[in-house]
Amino acid sequence: MTLSTLKRHLPIRLTAVALTLALVACAGGGEDTTDGEGSSEGGSASSNEVAIDGSSTVFPIARAMAVEFMEANSDVEVTVAFSGSGGGFEKFCAGETDISNASRPIKQKEIDACAEAGIEFVEVPVAFDGLSVVVHPDNDWAACMTAEELGKMWEPDAEDTITNWNQVNDEFPDKALALYGPGTDSGTYDYFTDATTGEEGKSRADYTATEDDNIIVKGVQDDDGGLGFFGYAYYEENKDSLKVVEIKNSDGDCIAPSLDVIADGTYNPLARPIFFYVKTSSLEEKPAVADFVNYQIDAANSGLIGEAGYVPLPEDILEKVQVRVDEKTTGSIYEGGSSVGVKLSDKL
Amino acid sequence: MTSPNTLPANTSDRNSLFRANLAGRYRIDTLFATATWTAIAIAILVLAALLFDVLSDGLGSLSWSFLTSTSHYKPEKSGLITAFFGTIWVMGVVAAFAFPIGVGSGIYLEEFSQEKLFSKATQFFTLWFFPSSPWRHKLERWSEGFETLTLQIIEININNLAGVPSIIYGLLGLHVFVRIMEPVTGGRTVLAGGLTLALLILPIIIVSTREALRTVPDSLRQAGFALGATRWQVLWEQVLPLALPGILTGTILALSRAIGETAPLLILGALGLITKSPSSLQSKFTVMPIQIYQWISEPKEAFHNLGAAGIIVLLVALLLMNASAVFLRNKLQKRI
Repeated sequence: MTLSTLKRHLPIRLTAVALTLALVACAGGGEDTTDGEGSSEGGSASSNEVAIDGSSTVFPIARAMAVEFMEANSDVEVTVAFSGSGGGFEKFCAGETDISNASRPIKQKEIDACAEAGIEFVEVPVAFDGLSVVVHPDNDWAACMTAEELGKMWEPDAEDTITNWNQVNDEFPDKALALYGPGTDSGTYDYFTDATTGEEGKSRADYTATEDDNIIVKGVQDDDGGLGFFGYAYYEENKDSLKVVEIKNSDGDCIAPSLDVIADGTYNPLARPIFFYVKTSSLEEKPAVADFVNYQIDAANSGLIGEAGYVPLPEDILEKVQVRVDEKTTGSIYEGGSSVGVKLSDKL
Repeated sequence: MTSPNTLPANTSDRNSLFRANLAGRYRIDTLFATATWTAIAIAILVLAALLFDVLSDGLGSLSWSFLTSTSHYKPEKSGLITAFFGTIWVMGVVAAFAFPIGVGSGIYLEEFSQEKLFSKATQFFTLWFFPSSPWRHKLERWSEGFETLTLQIIEININNLAGVPSIIYGLLGLHVFVRIMEPVTGGRTVLAGGLTLALLILPIIIVSTREALRTVPDSLRQAGFALGATRWQVLWEQVLPLALPGILTGTILALSRAIGETAPLLILGALGLITKSPSSLQSKFTVMPIQIYQWISEPKEAFHNLGAAGIIVLLVALLLMNASAVFLRNKLQKRI
């Protein structure tokens, strides 16, 4: 073989060598790590690891808590994913995570799935959120609305029929109605539909659904007939460019969402608790998990909840939650139902 | 229909079927050129607007500490180092699996599948074991039909797989690589994520490999055979060096797609908060697109700017990959 042919085939030879090396590396890597694994299950078994997944709504709280917790306990590794309340429970009940964040209570079918897999859990409310209904700043008619009016807009029967503001209320002007909201997978959507239309997870389909709440913000900002809803944190960040709709509560008062009214329960029915669920066996066997759970419900750390844009639980509720964690009370206080109209302090 | 001898001698005759009409033809030319220019101008303008938007939002947040910090709940302390290394690890796995398997499949389908290796094996087998059985020919015909059908099914599937939404690959990856292959992959790890993305881009690599092989003229192969080279020699010494630039371009474009994928890894359970960069194939991980997605869905404006800064880093990585594709192609083309 002459030098020129050798040169000509150099790239191809190099590629071949690289490929072989890569394959060997992969095979080797695979084996080598399997050996070391042995006792581990689902990657979350190591006692100083805390695996968290679940709601993207609760994610900012879990992240803030985890960052501060890891700064204080450098030997612990907390990882947080955000595949949604439903996606989180799916992994939680498969035994893949220690803690599952949720912006709604666990559903009956998820309780059943966990029970089938032999996974017991403790339900821990972590904060309050107030769903905020927003309209365009030029909207001067929708100052205060009732849950029924919102239901009229959002119910499945409204599809293709309720397309104008004046169909919702005679006093509203003749203006095309455009609705924006979170996608049907989100716990926020579940709660809102439950509180307004009365049927959890059911609404008209002809609204702009998105997983990114900032799209709702932009949509309503640009649409003078628009109406949307999302968690309080998004309203607080966009106070200047959006107008919030006051909600008529059970006492007949028109209430705009704020930290105080969300915490004391007067902003109903759109104030909701958000949760995390911790696997009982992790709580018992993994000190890091137990420490992190206690860290999250410690009143001293409630500033982090405010920083994430949520409302910390009042002290009296936190005490009851602490008792629940200490006694490892399993099961859900909602028994698979919804949290609409349920007072947290009564149930705990 | 006019026969050749009835064609009018004067082609500029008004009744003739042929009219020079040069002005009209040039008009159509200009019109078409304008249309193509408009198309490209729109594409470039949109790209420029996007780039401007991203740069104006992101440049302010792009700093050394952004590049070297881990995820944090305070925007000013956040960075994407774990996501950056996560991306590198995952892309390493993707390249290591997708390239050999994809190129290998492409070569087989383009160069060897016509040979009906399965049918030949059956022939050999039947000849050896039942040389005089009346079933022999039936079995051989059946195996040949089976092979043709299988190949057709495979081809149709590969072409269709390139169009399957990426989230479907995420679901597949979650069940196959995370759940079923858990003892090997270790759950939601770099290996599981990389394998999922490798599957995602496999059809693209196979299709582009086949395209590249098709551009090599058949006369070259035949010349090789005529000189007594074996199939392997022809492929390795003649065809593959010529097709390699095209194959590499296709592969790197496919890898560029993988580097930007969010949805399948989100389904797989890539993390929003992790403070350690991967150290093995079985480490948990996050990647840059996931981190960017998380930041831009935050309520706080400062996080949106971090997202934009992350996009800049991702863009630079992408540009580097594409540039290396162009570089490799030019370098290899000159040699041949």
